[in-house]
Amino acid sequence: MSSLVEVRDLSVYFELRGGTFARLFGRDTGLIKAVDGVTLDLRPGEVVGLVGESGSGKSTLGRALLGLVPATHGSIRLKDQDLADLNRRKLREIRQVVQMVFQDPNAALNPSMTVEEAVADALRVHGVRSSAERRTRVVEALERVGLSPVELFLSKYPRDLSGGQKQRVVLARAIVLDPELLVADEPVSMLDMSVRAKILQLMLDLKNDLGLTYVYITHDLATAKYFCDRIAIMYLGRVVEIGPTDEIFANPRHPYTKALLAAIPEPDPDKALPRDLPRGEIPDAAQPPLGCAFHPRCPEAVSACGWESRDLRALLEEHWMRADAAYDEEQNVIGDLEALDDPSTIATFGAGGSAAVRAILDRMRAEDTAEPLWSGVTSIQDSGSGVTVHFEPAPSPALRRAGGVDVACVLYPNEGTGRTSD
Amino acid sequence: MAIDLTDEVVAPAPQEPVISARDVRVWYGTTRGAIRAVDGVSFDLAPGETLGLVGESGCGKSTLGRGLMGLLPEGAKRDGEVLFRGRDIFSLSKKEAYQLRGRELGMIFQEPLTRLNPLMRISQHFEETIKQHEPDLSKDEIRDRALEVLRLMGIPPTRYRSYPHEFSGGMRQRLMIALALVLRPAFVVADEPTTALDVLVEAQIVQILNDLRRNFQTSLLLITHNVGIVAEACDRVAVMYAGRIVEQGRVAEVFKNPQHPYTRALMRSTISLTTTGLNYIPGAPPDLVDPPDGCRFHPRCTEAMNVCAVQNPVDIERPGGGRVECWLVGPDDQIPPGGKQSLKQEELTVVDEA
Amino acid sequence: MRRMFAALAKPFTETTGLARWMLVAGILITAVFVVCAIFAPWLAPYGFAQSSAHGVDFPKTGHPSSAHPFGTDRLFFDVLSRVIWGARTALEVVVLSILFCVVLGVPLGLLSGFYGGALDRVLVLIMDALYAFPTLLLAIVVSFLLTDVYGGSVIAVSVSLTVVYIPQYFRVVRNTTFSAKEATYIEAARAIGARDIRIMRKYLFGNVVHSVPVLGTLNAADAILTLAGLGFLGLGIQSTQAAEWGHDLQRALADAGSGVWWTGLYPGLAIVFLVTGLTLVGEGLNETLNPTLRRRRLLPVVMSQRERTTPVQEEQG
Repeated sequence: MSSLVEVRDLSVYFELRGGTFARLFGRDTGLIKAVDGVTLDLRPGEVVGLVGESGSGKSTLGRALLGLVPATHGSIRLKDQDLADLNRRKLREIRQVVQMVFQDPNAALNPSMTVEEAVADALRVHGVRSSAERRTRVVEALERVGLSPVELFLSKYPRDLSGGQKQRVVLARAIVLDPELLVADEPVSMLDMSVRAKILQLMLDLKNDLGLTYVYITHDLATAKYFCDRIAIMYLGRVVEIGPTDEIFANPRHPYTKALLAAIPEPDPDKALPRDLPRGEIPDAAQPPLGCAFHPRCPEAVSACGWESRDLRALLEEHWMRADAAYDEEQNVIGDLEALDDPSTIATFGAGGSAAVRAILDRMRAEDTAEPLWSGVTSIQDSGSGVTVHFEPAPSPALRRAGGVDVACVLYPNEGTGRTSD
Repeated sequence: MAIDLTDEVVAPAPQEPVISARDVRVWYGTTRGAIRAVDGVSFDLAPGETLGLVGESGCGKSTLGRGLMGLLPEGAKRDGEVLFRGRDIFSLSKKEAYQLRGRELGMIFQEPLTRLNPLMRISQHFEETIKQHEPDLSKDEIRDRALEVLRLMGIPPTRYRSYPHEFSGGMRQRLMIALALVLRPAFVVADEPTTALDVLVEAQIVQILNDLRRNFQTSLLLITHNVGIVAEACDRVAVMYAGRIVEQGRVAEVFKNPQHPYTRALMRSTISLTTTGLNYIPGAPPDLVDPPDGCRFHPRCTEAMNVCAVQNPVDIERPGGGRVECWLVGPDDQIPPGGKQSLKQEELTVVDEA
Repeated sequence: MRRMFAALAKPFTETTGLARWMLVAGILITAVFVVCAIFAPWLAPYGFAQSSAHGVDFPKTGHPSSAHPFGTDRLFFDVLSRVIWGARTALEVVVLSILFCVVLGVPLGLLSGFYGGALDRVLVLIMDALYAFPTLLLAIVVSFLLTDVYGGSVIAVSVSLTVVYIPQYFRVVRNTTFSAKEATYIEAARAIGARDIRIMRKYLFGNVVHSVPVLGTLNAADAILTLAGLGFLGLGIQSTQAAEWGHDLQRALADAGSGVWWTGLYPGLAIVFLVTGLTLVGEGLNETLNPTLRRRRLLPVVMSQRERTTPVQEEQG
């Protein structure tokens, strides 16, 4: 079956302006790889979930599908047109085909436009001149999203509507142009628990009635499970696992997927279990971890994950959190931790002599022998008043076939088949 | 109004409650009249116990938390009785209340960044907080205390002299919790402490809150809209609707065997991994300037009876322990004849939706 | 229509205490001048440049009398008439200059804030340069430049005031646009395929002009002073073209030494009152429209007596 959208090796980078000084001198100080080499196909009528934490690039990918952010590399083909080749006018026309629903319904509507104006403006923009026709289509769209009796809503301003009603208006504005693809960016996460299900149900109904295709962006695997046919788990701009929803939930492979699943609070107190959660938070995208981006937080990490200097810093800090008493003394031996802040597989540090530094490292190692970082160390050499630790360099793992899904994790080496998503 | 404490609390021996709230009301002034955000709420909190307060937005959860802390906007009024270790904190003078806040009563907010001064190091935040209440402590003692709390929150000692902006969102929330707990208050209100955070970080913070009772012997009122978080982190739960606590009891009891139709509806509408169908609560919470007569939930209740629309439900003991306010549970002898017939309701449409 | 009235009445219905009184007093004072300005031909006993009536010449610097309640000045003009006609000049100039400011400043601010980049930098530089000049000096320079073109007319003075005040409108609109363009509804407008022009007109404009009315009234007060300053220096409107208080004051300067107080007092009072009135309106509006300053009039909370029946048993576990 042919695809509605083909995303090939798509990257979206943002230039990062640095601090005051860098800005004063007009220097750009970094590059954020919001989306980094994503390949994805959307088939007509399916619901694909993009799941990840904030900073995973899922929203940027969604916006790139509308041409709201330009692709840095790679291509997005929509109905055999490459978005990168289109001029601004053509790009605006494409938005009849692809529409978007936003996370915060309170912010997605112009506060100084009535419901009717808001929905009708989409038509106006796309050249529906007759106001009678606009009115008919607006009424039809509002009825479709359940805002009836329509007369009660037409002349209302967003501030007079409840959160659920606003999201319905946003949906009406999106469907009034008869699009084929709807990018829904966390459409229910700002809504009250009691209406989430209602809006999701409405979206499912719209999909069936209008033959829509959805990209459902969320951080919540629970709604994704209910809503999606296929799920792509994203982390720091990359897809780390992609496959059919059933398979992902029945048999999650990537440790990040497992972590996301474990993080969903379960209302049944019998099923609530103590969980092994990944440590830390999503790292700075301007300086992503070497190797696999998830390895610093990964509960299943191994030697080949791409260990580096910053992991050693984190480990030292963790060690001091446990060994409270030794902190002041050991801190003097280790010296400035900033020596470890530059991402590198060669870490040189220490201020109190090689032997003392080695002793601390040995103590840390003895504290937790299972810590996978040590298996990634190739050598520790004396250097000056400290040591140089060499780590085994490792590439970022590519998506590989594993069971019914594709996973980017060293724990799932290549099965030998192709790399594209199923 | 009495809350019986017969339902077993986590602590082995029945202890004197730390907080004992009786018939608390908090009303806001608006241009239209008074909003009865909290309207007659009673509960007890034992030492080291965590009580989860759940409900939709606009049910008065946050107002109750702020009301207990005395952090109310101008034009708001509160009454009732809140005994903290035998003292009524609602009748304290301004100065006494200030003394009590921070040292004995703590508060954790939803948005941590706005509560930290960007120009002050973390160390200074701790010094500031501790000096307010224990001016005699030396810098080193403050540091030792602060580092210990930070360690329990999972923040390494190397970060003690950092500035707030050098921390990630989850770390900031840990900092806020550490600052609230460094004086070891007996009672802490946490108002949606994880709502602004990412899923994994949220789970981490929930775990930290869960460990509070072990590490600090702090009683916690955890305000959240997420039923799942209550199930994971709380001993007891109070379900709030339209300014009233409609059902409360031990989490396992209430969630396994919810008595109030609102509790059932709230649990059904929660989407979790075990969800097999989409359920929602029709309508929206009522306007609290003029709440409905009788049971405030009756216009949205699928099981409403005639009596529900005219007579306030009575606060009674829940089968299995705890309290509940619903005519379906009883008491039958106070229902007038014919009151048990199911109520003819107007259909709720999108117009009434939340 | 009803909505418009409701919006107009909002400053009154939603304010309390001082802000409300400032607003009411300011509007009353300003209204007096507006009435004078509009009905000057009927209210004023004589024309602004009339030195005789029914063939009888007015006295030169005549004492206030029943025929001339405010007296006459050294050009034989009736002071009362000139004060009343002066209101018309003042309001004409102020309204015109604010109009120019809004018509030019708001769109420029929108463009600058929306597109940013080089356009923004150039515009900000120009506007900041204008803003950095002392108000009166700038007004003098511009009206001096315009003397040949319009020569001391209402238009010329209005234009010079526009140049003085336009940077404020530009800045306010540019800054609000700058933050408003990040709003989700702007992205939503892009997502439906709206052009930039349309986004600015339909989505940004309505949300960035809120602060303009307040700015307008506050500037109006300031503009009256600048106008009077120009007139006082003789660069404003010529006394034969229109009555202008500042210019009258300047002529009254010579009278002050000879015990003629009425030629200076009344135009001076008019300036003071109108400036006060407009300032009060501006500050009052600011306090009601600016959410950070606004204090709403809340109904007092009266807690009713306990209505719920307390369960009889009061046992403790």
